Amino acid sequence: MAHGIIHSHLPRVLVVRPPDSFYLYQSQHSHKFHFLKAWESPLPLDQFLSTHARNVQTMLSCGRFPIDVDLLCLLPSLRLVVTPSAGLNHIDLSECRSRGVAVANAGSVASCDVADLAVGLLIDVLRKISVADRYVKQGLWTSKTSYSLGSKLRGKRIGIVGLGSIGQEVAKRLEAFGCSISYNSRKQKQSFSYPFYSNVVELSANSDALVICCGLSDQTHHLINKEVLLALGKEGVIINVGRGAIIDEKEMVQCLVQGDIGGAGLDVFENEPSIPKELFAMDNVVLSPHRGAFTHETLTSMREIAVGNLEAFFSNKPLPSRVMDD
Amino acid sequence: MESIDVLMLCPMISYLEQELDRRFNVLKLWTAPEKSQFIKDHSATIRAIAGDGGHGADAEMIEALPRLEIVSSFSVGVDKIDLEKCREKGIRVTYTPDVLTDEVADLAIGLIMAVLRRLCESDRYVRSGKWKKGDFKLTTKFTGKTVGIIGLGRIGMAIAKRAEAFNCPICYYSRTEKPDTKYKYYPSVLELASNCEILVVACSLTAETRHIVNREVMNALGPKGVLINIGRGPHIDEPELVSALVEGRLGGAGLDVYEHEPEVPEELFGLENVVLLPHVGTATVETRKAMADLVVGNLEAHFSNKPLLTPLV
Repeated sequence: MAHGIIHSHLPRVLVVRPPDSFYLYQSQHSHKFHFLKAWESPLPLDQFLSTHARNVQTMLSCGRFPIDVDLLCLLPSLRLVVTPSAGLNHIDLSECRSRGVAVANAGSVASCDVADLAVGLLIDVLRKISVADRYVKQGLWTSKTSYSLGSKLRGKRIGIVGLGSIGQEVAKRLEAFGCSISYNSRKQKQSFSYPFYSNVVELSANSDALVICCGLSDQTHHLINKEVLLALGKEGVIINVGRGAIIDEKEMVQCLVQGDIGGAGLDVFENEPSIPKELFAMDNVVLSPHRGAFTHETLTSMREIAVGNLEAFFSNKPLPSRVMDD
Repeated sequence: MESIDVLMLCPMISYLEQELDRRFNVLKLWTAPEKSQFIKDHSATIRAIAGDGGHGADAEMIEALPRLEIVSSFSVGVDKIDLEKCREKGIRVTYTPDVLTDEVADLAIGLIMAVLRRLCESDRYVRSGKWKKGDFKLTTKFTGKTVGIIGLGRIGMAIAKRAEAFNCPICYYSRTEKPDTKYKYYPSVLELASNCEILVVACSLTAETRHIVNREVMNALGPKGVLINIGRGPHIDEPELVSALVEGRLGGAGLDVYEHEPEVPEELFGLENVVLLPHVGTATVETRKAMADLVVGNLEAHFSNKPLLTPLV
């Protein structure tokens, strides 16, 4: 409480659970903001909030803790939620909208990293890079052993699900490898000449690999279902750098087990960090622990943009990366 | 043509073996109990050699085969063939350029991603159950990093084009500056290494380029620098590479080739900033078939007195 008095002149930012590298927000920005650290309090959350956060106007989200109606009810003065992620599925956007709470995210600062990972996973699956590295490091490469061949990238038809900032960066990269690009998105994008499919099953039927780059919403939950996977086919590869729940994970695992699809590169899962154990036995699957945006450089950019949004709010300036409804 | 003796130096994909068997009398060197005796026994009739990147015709073998007319290599790298000797004796040499350019370039980018973003290490992390106990560490961004390429031939250019799509500035070292590219040229590998963050070896192996990446170059690339080799193992001083990595003077490495394949220095096995591949630069179904078609096609053309498809000598 003495803590609160000393810093009472600084604008307050509620932090329910700390985002990654929170210590850097503290060390670099505690002269600008007073961070109300709910997780450090012995009080249960609702008590902490009603005692200390009734007048708090801003909140720094951690990207995993849901910002839902129950939480928003306890924050009557909240005007702004800043999330250092690009993903927004942990925030009840319509509830925020109806309460007049603005939301700001990381905009597109993480898009290149996520796109890089999508491309990296695709190359890894097609060229068996992680399998081969395992193989060599186990001492299994001898002149007698034969090695199963991979598959080329040039000429592969890539179906991008979600042609937003991330999808566009994926397209740009894969074109340089000689891949052809098609996409499905909520709306056709007039500034891109890639073939547009309004139906994901059709996109899948015309693709050798699907790259999932969209956000998770009610519309995209289990968008990639059994029908889409079967349309992708026995040689087809699925890459997911969006959110686990965009794919019907049970169905995908079944398809992989039965050989109905050719392989997968996955950075996200329905119940992270739990992963269906069938995937561990598969050499045609590459697994990544949700690290799409997690490079040193991008974490720094995300932190900078989050702080930028908070500073703008407290100076009555326009928010640099406000999430607009569309 | 079934009467023509073709000496096959090593096992290759079965498609190639079958296609050669259908057209020629294939003598399989690796099945011989004693190789030099085998060559002696057939020296009067062998008119062609089919080899690969790791098995070629050196001076000794060429001298032992007075009727040798053509060496057809299942590779684009010909450092195991004594080209001078072939020229001297009027022996034709064919190789497999272009059909594998994309595959090798794709793998180079794959290796860069695997090292910078720790793809293999994080896959291991997930499979071992460690993710349940905590997040994997932060890795390093690829987009925008400066890529330095040693050798701006077909493969070097293909790597440059791909890296540009990741917004990477490109620089290079080559024997001579290339007038029609916009990439920045450095007149020495040392200067190149001092000015890039990712160094890719993409030149051919010759006496001049052996150990072109030495201790000094690796120190210049530095503790945050990443070295990628999709050329030939002897391009890099391997013992120096091992100590640079173990001591942290070099930030990471992605290797597809080694000085004494299939031997790989075991000190590298436990390093998470190192990705090791078993010489798979051309290892796709499509590319190996295209390479095989060129090997067979060149031999057929030669023995039908038609122009060779992809001659080097």
